[in-house]
Amino acid sequence: MAIKQLSIFVENKEGKLVTITDSIANANIDIRAMSVADTQDFGIFRLIVTDPERAKDALESAGCFVSITKVVGVSIPDVPGSLAKVVNILARHNINIEYMYAFITVSKKNASVVLRVADNEAAEKILVENGVKLMDEKDVLSM
Amino acid sequence: MSKKYFQPEIETMSEEWIRKIQDEKLVKQVKYVYDNVEYYRNLMDEKGVKPEDIHGVEDLHKLPFLKKDDLREAYPYGLLATDLKNCVRIHSTSGTTGKRVVAFYTQHDIDLWEDCCARALVAAGASNEDVCQVCYGYGLFTGGSGLHGGSHKLGSLTLPMSSGNTDRQIQFMMDLNSTILCCTPSYAAYIGETLKEKGYKPEDNKLKAGIFGAEPWTEEMRRDIEKSLGIKAYDIYGLTELSGPGVAFECEEQSGMHINEDHFIAEVIDPNTGEVLPLGSKGELVFTSLDKEAFPLLRYRTRDICVLSRKKCSCGRTFVKMTKPLGRSDDMMIIRGVNVFPSQIEAVLLNNGYAPNYQIILDRVNNTDTFDINVEMNPDDFSDTPKVITAKEKQLQAAMKTMLGINPKIHLLSPKSITRSEGKAVRVIDNRKRLGITI
Repeated sequence: MAIKQLSIFVENKEGKLVTITDSIANANIDIRAMSVADTQDFGIFRLIVTDPERAKDALESAGCFVSITKVVGVSIPDVPGSLAKVVNILARHNINIEYMYAFITVSKKNASVVLRVADNEAAEKILVENGVKLMDEKDVLSM
Repeated sequence: MSKKYFQPEIETMSEEWIRKIQDEKLVKQVKYVYDNVEYYRNLMDEKGVKPEDIHGVEDLHKLPFLKKDDLREAYPYGLLATDLKNCVRIHSTSGTTGKRVVAFYTQHDIDLWEDCCARALVAAGASNEDVCQVCYGYGLFTGGSGLHGGSHKLGSLTLPMSSGNTDRQIQFMMDLNSTILCCTPSYAAYIGETLKEKGYKPEDNKLKAGIFGAEPWTEEMRRDIEKSLGIKAYDIYGLTELSGPGVAFECEEQSGMHINEDHFIAEVIDPNTGEVLPLGSKGELVFTSLDKEAFPLLRYRTRDICVLSRKKCSCGRTFVKMTKPLGRSDDMMIIRGVNVFPSQIEAVLLNNGYAPNYQIILDRVNNTDTFDINVEMNPDDFSDTPKVITAKEKQLQAAMKTMLGINPKIHLLSPKSITRSEGKAVRVIDNRKRLGITI
C-alpha cells in the first residue's frame, strides 16, 4: 500500500536545486508533494511524484544522488481535528513519526498527508483499523 | 641581569672560527655515525664513501641524504647511535599510517638543545629577571619542553602552562606578570583577541616579547600580534628530528633566523637533483647535526624551502640566517601547528570504508586555521533523513582526530561528485595562500 518517495541529496551549492527541478520538469513528471530536510551543509529533498521510477532515472542522468523510500500516505477529511486524530492513533500505538508533510494538491473535501514511520505495515494496519483512508500509487496519479 | 647574548663567544665568533669548529665536529660526527649507526653506514657504503673521505665541510656533499622515509623505515631504534641506557628522553612527531618518527636524547643532547632555546630567549630580550610563560604543548611534542628547558637554563621564572585553557593563561599572565610568551603564533593572536574581549588594553599586560613558532605565519600576523599584545614577536625554527625548536631563532633585527651553526650545518639543495646550491639560492634546507650523541642525523632533508644569507646582522651574531620556510618540497601541510600529510587522511578513509577520493580545504579565519575535508559518502549510507549522514560525519571526524591529533570538519558529498583526477589530483585547496602563507 505504501507510496514511493524520492529522497534526493542536495549539496549546499549554487544551482543544485535547479538541476533537480529541471530534470523533473523535462521528464514531464508532476510533483504531488514535497518537503526539505536541511542541515548547514546539505539538504534532503523529498518528493512524491507521478512516476517515481522514471523521475529517479531522469535525476540520476542529471548527476543527482537519489534513493527511493516507502512512506505512508493518508487522505483525511479537510476539517479541524483530522490530523490530530491520525497523530493520536499512532501515538497511542507507540508508532513514532519521523517526519510528515502535506500534499500540494488541494481538494475541497480532503487533505493528503505523507507520514514517515519506521514500520509502514504496522502503521497502515492500525490506521485502517481506525478508519483512516490510505493512499496508493493510483491515488497519487489521479490527484 | 640582562645580556645581549646567551653565549657571546659562540654566537659572535668570526666566520672562520665557525667554519673551523664545523670542520672538526663534522669529521668526528661522521666517524661516530659510521661506527654506531648501521643504517647510515649502509647508505655510506652504498655510495662508496668512508669517514676518511670527510675532512671538513667541503666534503659534506659526498655524504648520502637522509629522508623522513628513512626515519620511518628505521623506526624505532634504527638510527639510534648509542645505548638506550645512555638516553634520557624521547620526543616524537605525528606520523603517517600510525608510524611515527621518534627522536632520542642523551643528557648531553638535552643540554645543547636547551642552550639553543636559551639563545633564542636572550635574543628576544629575556634574562633571569623575566617570567617566561610557556604555552606550547608539553609531552611528545618538542615545543613545550624545549622552551621550558631554555627558560630554566637562562634562570627565568618559568610558567609551564602548556597549551589551552585561555582563561587560566590570561589569569596567570596578569597575576604573575609574565614578560615573555612562548606559543604558536595563532595562539598568541587568540590570546590577544581574548584580552581585548575581556576589556584589557595592550599596555595592561607586562609582556615585552614572544617567541612564536611551529606553524607558518606572515609579517601581517606579526604586526597584528605585536599590536594586540604590545610586544615584539619573534620567530623560531626547529624540527623534532634535529632536537626541536631552537635550531634557528630570530634576533632583534627580525629579518630571518640565525641557525645555531656550532651544532648544525645548513645546506640548501635543489630538491629535484639533490645538487647543493650557492648561498642566496632558494632551495630545500638540509641539516647535519654536529655533536649529537643519541640521534645524530647527517644531511637530513627537511623538505622546507628557504634561502640562506650571510649578510652582516646588526645584532652582532655571525650565524648564517635562514628565511621563514617559503614552501615545502613535499605535500606536507601545517595545520594549527600540526604536520599533516594527505597520505594520513587517505589511510583513515580506507580504514573506515570510504573511497580515497577526497579534497582538503584549508583557510585561516581570525588567525586560526580552518580544516575541511570533503569525502564521498557510500551509497548505502544515504536514506531520507540527515541524521544518518551527520552521524557518519562525526564518526569519520573522530577517526581523523585520532590519527592527526586535530579535528577536521568532515563533509560527506554525493558518491562520484568529487572530480576524478586526470594525472595529478588536486587534493589540497589551500586558501591560506591569499594571506601569503605558503605551507
